[in-house]
Amino acid sequence: MTEAREPLWEVFVRSKRGLSHNHVGSLHAPDAEMALRNARDVFTRRMEGVSIWVVPSAAITASSPEERDPFFEPAADKVYRHPTFYDIPKEVKQL
Amino acid sequence: MSVAAHDGIAVFTLRLADDCLVLSHRLAQWSSRAPTLEEDVALTNIALDLLGQGRSLYALAAGLDGSGRSEDEYAYGRDERQFLNCQLVEQENGDFAQTVARQLLYSTFQQHLWSALEASRDETLAAIAAKALTEVRYHVDHATRWTLRLGDGTVESHERMQAALERLWPYTAELFEDDDVVANGGVEPRLLRAAWEADIDAVLTEATLQRPEPAWAPSGGRRGIHTESFGYMLAEMQHLHRCHPGATW
Repeated sequence: MTEAREPLWEVFVRSKRGLSHNHVGSLHAPDAEMALRNARDVFTRRMEGVSIWVVPSAAITASSPEERDPFFEPAADKVYRHPTFYDIPKEVKQL
Repeated sequence: MSVAAHDGIAVFTLRLADDCLVLSHRLAQWSSRAPTLEEDVALTNIALDLLGQGRSLYALAAGLDGSGRSEDEYAYGRDERQFLNCQLVEQENGDFAQTVARQLLYSTFQQHLWSALEASRDETLAAIAAKALTEVRYHVDHATRWTLRLGDGTVESHERMQAALERLWPYTAELFEDDDVVANGGVEPRLLRAAWEADIDAVLTEATLQRPEPAWAPSGGRRGIHTESFGYMLAEMQHLHRCHPGATW
């Protein structure tokens, strides 16, 4: 194996029944067109999808582990944000 | 249908089946050796498509030639001289450019062949062609994209891609040969040549590659005459079956 110098791409696949594209993994490819085809070969071999998105991994801005506490800790003690204190009328089938 | 015409279709089908099997095995030899994991999966996917096409064709051939042979008997039970694949598909993988060139030259031919066979008077062959066509369109797309990237890539990739074309080009002449078999087989490959050349020329021009001059035209694959490396490939492919006939897992 030669050292991979191709950029990394994140792959999102929309399944037959799904409404949204879900992240399924990442792969290397020289450009977007090849990334799409690689994704087809690597992630949809068993008819998993009807649509594929590829996004350059470099284009993703991610929160860093050091920021975890200031980012997420404040939500920990605010249980009232969960919709568990309401009585849902029986007539409401979906919420 | 006369007996001769019947034999013609049987042999014609067997030639196509052998093309599929041999090219499939060559591509499978890239397994775990391709430049990247992604390409490893892509090449072995194509190999599996071709193996599936080959299996359908062997089943059809077994009925047409009246032998009732199993696909394993065709694949593992015949010697080199009984294989009727063209010499192009048996050529060694070489570097990645040579594999891409072989794919481009053969898959483009196969695409035109399957298109024509969709109208075959043999209904089974027409159905196999229709199914195979969607697969082969992807094979052509894969080979085309790599040809463009290697041809119009770096100095080295361009040189390697051009060298691969020069190496394999002579073997394309055999694809379009006429004989009694193709006359009865439903499609005369020589009629596909102009469309094939137009497709190949369009890709090569965009990839900044030169179409090689035809220097010589090796031939014989369709009559069971093969190049040196094919015997080694068969020996490896058939080794297990010959040691343990009928082995399964």
